[in-house]
Amino acid sequence: MSAFLILFRRELALAWGRGGGPLLAVGFYAGAVTLLPLSANIDPAHLAAVSVGLSWVCLALASLLSLERLFERDFEDGGLDLLSLGPLPLEVTCLAKVLAQWLTAGAPLAVAAPLAAIALGAPAAVAPLLFAAAALGGLAFSCLGGTGAALALASRRGGLLIAVIVLPLLVPPVIFGGAAVDAFAAGLPWAPGFAFLAAYAAGAVALAPFAMAGACRNALS
Amino acid sequence: MIESLVIHGLALQRGERVLFRGLQARLSRGEAVALTGANGAGKTSLLRAVAGFIRPAEGEIRFEGADGPLPPDDARRGACHMVGHQDGLKTGRTARDELMFQVRWLGGTEDAALEASRILGLTRLLDLEVRKLSAGQRRRLALARVVAAPRDLWLLDEPMAPLDSAHRALFGELMAEHLGRGGLILAAVHDPLPVAARAVEVAGLGRP
Repeated sequence: MSAFLILFRRELALAWGRGGGPLLAVGFYAGAVTLLPLSANIDPAHLAAVSVGLSWVCLALASLLSLERLFERDFEDGGLDLLSLGPLPLEVTCLAKVLAQWLTAGAPLAVAAPLAAIALGAPAAVAPLLFAAAALGGLAFSCLGGTGAALALASRRGGLLIAVIVLPLLVPPVIFGGAAVDAFAAGLPWAPGFAFLAAYAAGAVALAPFAMAGACRNALS
Repeated sequence: MIESLVIHGLALQRGERVLFRGLQARLSRGEAVALTGANGAGKTSLLRAVAGFIRPAEGEIRFEGADGPLPPDDARRGACHMVGHQDGLKTGRTARDELMFQVRWLGGTEDAALEASRILGLTRLLDLEVRKLSAGQRRRLALARVVAAPRDLWLLDEPMAPLDSAHRALFGELMAEHLGRGGLILAAVHDPLPVAARAVEVAGLGRP
């Protein structure tokens, strides 16, 4: 079995081992989308109008939740040394970690997002597009969050740093994805927004490994 | 295959502080070098520099193969083991899961991992969580990956410290076997190594 798969399976096992893997992110997500309408006290028609946006923003925040610890434990216990001496370049190692994180947190959230939107009153027809956008967007969120997590290594109060670094980067995918699904629900052309989201995700997947590996090397030295 | 490790005119710096300058060492196949020096002299930093984690301030670290210098990244990723104070073992997982991952990640097989755990007396501990192991048992688990995944250069940072005398002797035999196969060992130690080794003193410049 290739080294990539060995590492990928290990990361999946670790993600399930610490705090129940996807349950934390999905639980946070479910809590956020149910509590927000309760606190705002808006009537169902208005709620339906913001349902897609609401489910989409909560998704972005929920996907950040489990990212803070992506590199921290490996950094503290020497695991990052071991990973650096493995057969893969550190860039590929970082990519494996992020993809495993996406599969454990991002993919379940992508399933939860359409359910949440429909529960808030969005038409059921948006579900497939919202799922696709959430899956793609989740990939971008994971890469960006992983970059923030790597940059925050070796600094105190890393969680705050992650928020400061990563939140501005989350703005474009949130806008593209929300706009695409909203346009679809309104019967307008949705493909451009979705294409922008896909391009952003592709860029994040291509560039983030270099940023993560560089930040990890810096933290190790 | 690493034929020799050459450290030439090496200076390491941590932040503003220069740890040492002008360090020379040469390590060839079948040889062990024991790095000695006071606490804080820079032994661990030297090992981490050889492993590629710290960039030298001056000088060079070169891995020589049979046909000239090897690309350092390839030599490190394919032929270096490092065992230090932190072993990368996840406390919540079983010793077996951790050992299997580490050995396979570093290019060994599961059979070799089981054999290494038998040699190091870990067989009965494999189903325990890592957090339940004592310091010495944990170190043996970390050393099992070194024994199981065949790599030329062993970088060891006080490998014996938590081991009892019986296991120190056992690990001495394992090191002798590794040297006999043409391996190289660079170890930071306070007590003498149980194998024939040249001593290289890391003379710290002290705190300014």
